[in-house]
Amino acid sequence: MELDSVMLSRMLTTMTLMFHIIFAMIGVGVPVMIAIAEFIGIKKNDPHYLLLARRWARGFTITVAVGVVTGTAIGLQLSLLWPSFMEVAGQVIALPLFMETFAFFFEAIFLGIYLYTWDRFKGKWTHWLLTIPVMIGSSASALFITTVNAFMNTPQGFDLKNGQAINIDPIAAMLNPATPSKVFHVVSTSYMTSAAILAAIVAFAILKGKRGQYEQKALRLTVTCTLIFSVLTAIAGDVSAKFLAEVQPEKLAAAEWHFETEEGADIIFYGTLNEDGEIENEIRVPKLLSFLAGNSFDTEVIGLNETPEDERPPLWIHYMFDIMVSIGMFVMAITALFVIMSKVKKWNELNKPLLWAVVASGPLSLIAYESGWILAEVGRQPWILRGYMKVAEAATRNDDVGITFVMFALLYLVLGVMTVVVLIKMFKNSPAEAELEKRFPNGEGSA
Amino acid sequence: MNLELLGITVLWTFLYGYLIVSSIDFGAGFFAFYARWKKKDHIMNDLISRYLSPVWEVTNVFFVFFFVGIVGFFPTTAYYFGTALLIPASVAIILLAIRGSFYAFNNYGSRDSIFYLFLYGATGLLIPASLSTVLTISEGDFLAVTDDKVTFLAKELFTSPFSWSVVFLSIVSVLYISATFLTYYADRADDRQARRTIRQFALFWSMPTIVASLLVFISLQMHNPEHYNKAITEYWWMFGLSLLCFGIASWFIYTGKRYGTAFIMVMLQFFFAFFGYGASHLPYILYPYITVHENVTNETMALALVIAFILGLLLLIPSLILLMRLFLFDADYVKGKKK
Ligand code: HDD
Ligand code: HEM
Ligand code: HEM
Repeated sequence: MELDSVMLSRMLTTMTLMFHIIFAMIGVGVPVMIAIAEFIGIKKNDPHYLLLARRWARGFTITVAVGVVTGTAIGLQLSLLWPSFMEVAGQVIALPLFMETFAFFFEAIFLGIYLYTWDRFKGKWTHWLLTIPVMIGSSASALFITTVNAFMNTPQGFDLKNGQAINIDPIAAMLNPATPSKVFHVVSTSYMTSAAILAAIVAFAILKGKRGQYEQKALRLTVTCTLIFSVLTAIAGDVSAKFLAEVQPEKLAAAEWHFETEEGADIIFYGTLNEDGEIENEIRVPKLLSFLAGNSFDTEVIGLNETPEDERPPLWIHYMFDIMVSIGMFVMAITALFVIMSKVKKWNELNKPLLWAVVASGPLSLIAYESGWILAEVGRQPWILRGYMKVAEAATRNDDVGITFVMFALLYLVLGVMTVVVLIKMFKNSPAEAELEKRFPNGEGSA
Repeated sequence: MNLELLGITVLWTFLYGYLIVSSIDFGAGFFAFYARWKKKDHIMNDLISRYLSPVWEVTNVFFVFFFVGIVGFFPTTAYYFGTALLIPASVAIILLAIRGSFYAFNNYGSRDSIFYLFLYGATGLLIPASLSTVLTISEGDFLAVTDDKVTFLAKELFTSPFSWSVVFLSIVSVLYISATFLTYYADRADDRQARRTIRQFALFWSMPTIVASLLVFISLQMHNPEHYNKAITEYWWMFGLSLLCFGIASWFIYTGKRYGTAFIMVMLQFFFAFFGYGASHLPYILYPYITVHENVTNETMALALVIAFILGLLLLIPSLILLMRLFLFDADYVKGKKK
């Protein structure tokens, strides 16, 4: 592997995106959780939930700030690192990128208002209503950027003639075949991961001995939400796989180590490849891949051998797929178990092993989220614009990408560490019980 | 008006918006640090944070809007500026990132570290300086273009009097705009002490602003005579109006009345200068390689972008008005009586 400007541009893009999507995911998911908590709090007149919404919102200000600055970085880096791509693709797909800025605007304005008007309106619902434009704004940014990414996977809405894009249809480019499944999966996984991370934090606090009403309610709420969103995620994942089988078969085939086109294809979990390219040590479930691809055990699934050798994605994305799916199943199982146990009186859902499993779900979901993106992006290789432009043709010819990479690596290191330190400090300095006392001195509603 | 002119006008307007709101923000950072250093922070910093906290993210979006828009309307800019400016633009991004995040860390997290404030103040001057060099580069002679490559001639930039006069202008303008706005804000807050301090800043920075503008004119004449001639023959009246507005603003601030009108005059001063500069720069975006007519995106996309823009405005303007009514024109909030 040679560290030329193409490779370095890929590394820098990867690093920036993997860092940004953590905060972007929180930016999409956490407003929904805040809205739910405030809604329940007002509805039940329960200060615990209101406090929950307030505390989440306070932490959220920090992650938003990092999300905004890293988003600005990736936005500019697209032009800095992939100038030729942006020059050509910009002709066709600039519309959603442009609309995304309006979504940011909308979100930023209402978030600013939301954060600084807790006690300013007469009716309680007025403040809650502000969460709606925030949720719309952030989910819309996810939607628009995901259409861009979908376009890179299944470009349409233009014809290429002598390297020039003609007959351009921006709407068709946005609503390309990959858009529905991608948007559905990205939004549902953002919700799921955010809920799981919040659940993990509460579960950890309970394990450390904070077993008050406040924590218990928070845990029940976050775990229930995680369960609901993880079911949505699995459905969306299934939709994504069916989409791939139909439209982008080489990505699914590489992810599944499925080489020969056949009916009744087996699914392969984990395993290794020996020198002759044979699969060993795998867990094999007969015909399940066919089912995943087309809802019937004898659907024909196209194998990787149909794709020219120099257009095949790397085979290691198989592990990304497995990690993502395993974690999805694990989180769904754990949260389902928790919800069932809390419904049955005799069982105590606050037992140590289960709480630790909930704690694990948070970081694991994040890993699944990152793995999912790596699967999707590396699975598009070698193309940057599938069928039209390869990554190597699109990269900048500037020789200084290396030093830029180092500068950004340092930046993200500092930002990452600071974010964690500031968040921990923020919540340590004002424990929930103390804040509850201060804000709701009469203990109203806290039965 | 054809689509490319409409497009560049919209983008230029947003850049103007960014110039004003970000200057307030950048300058406020510097003043906050200065006040802390001189142990006067109890006077000013509450006031500054009351204004900045709800709006800083909105400020950033103005910038994002501009660069996404320019690449959308004029995709060739991505190729030229993107290839050439990898290092300088990355430095600017990193400064912006440090500034934005450390503002949040300081304001919401651990309170009041002088080190954060220093970063915040210093980046407030470095960012406008580095962003303004993009305008300098657009005057031409700082890029070497071959068939497959665009190279940035850093040495030429660093030794050019024109480039330094632009940097100087950007820094003093930031301080001047910010000080005039904060004088007005302090006045609305009925905060006499803060107003007295900031008004002195405003008066202090007014003269350098004019001197720097003249320097830019003089060095532009040497650097890009074509642009200079167009500016003084076709658009001299805009620069005249700009000077007039400056006079009125200074008069109000000097006599100590009508700070609101004074700030509006400052905005108009920069409006006329900025649009006079931009209009005389046309048709070039990057002299002499990119023009608005030849390098505009295809017609379908341009139209789609304009439609999206109009729909977007319908959404944004009411929201922005709401934001301003809650935080800028709500006297109780400004005075710190409401949280
Ligand atoms: C919490 C994170 C998470 C979890 C538990 C899952 N996924 Fe996922 N997956 C993502 C997070 C993710 C993602 C980050 O959202 C991706 C990246 C790009 C995209 O469209 O969604 C993704 C992509 C992605 C793709 C590629 C889509 C494409 O490139 O067009 C497929 C086929 C699946 N997923 C399938 C699944 C299945 C069958 C799951 C079983 C439960 C699953 N995912 C769980
Ligand atoms: C305009 C949109 C986009 C462009 C131009 C773009 C471009 C690229 C390129 C060129 C790579 C390098 C490929 C490689 O290293 O193998 C890459 C990787 C990646 N992209 Fe995209 N991408 C875009 C959208 C997205 C979006 C919306 C996401 C989601 C957050 C995303 C997530 C990733 C990730 C996680 C990688 C790392 C894959 C790896 O490990 O190589 N990308 N992207
Ligand atoms: C190529 C990929 C991407 C680009 C170019 C990009 C661009 C940006 C930019 C420029 C910002 C800052 C906007 C501001 O100033 O407010 C931002 C923030 C944000 N992005 Fe990204 N983004 C990308 C990927 C994603 C993905 C995949 C998601 C959603 C899953 C997303 C969701 C958000 C959200 C919600 C914010 C607002 C900040 C926050 O609330 O944390 N972005 N992005």
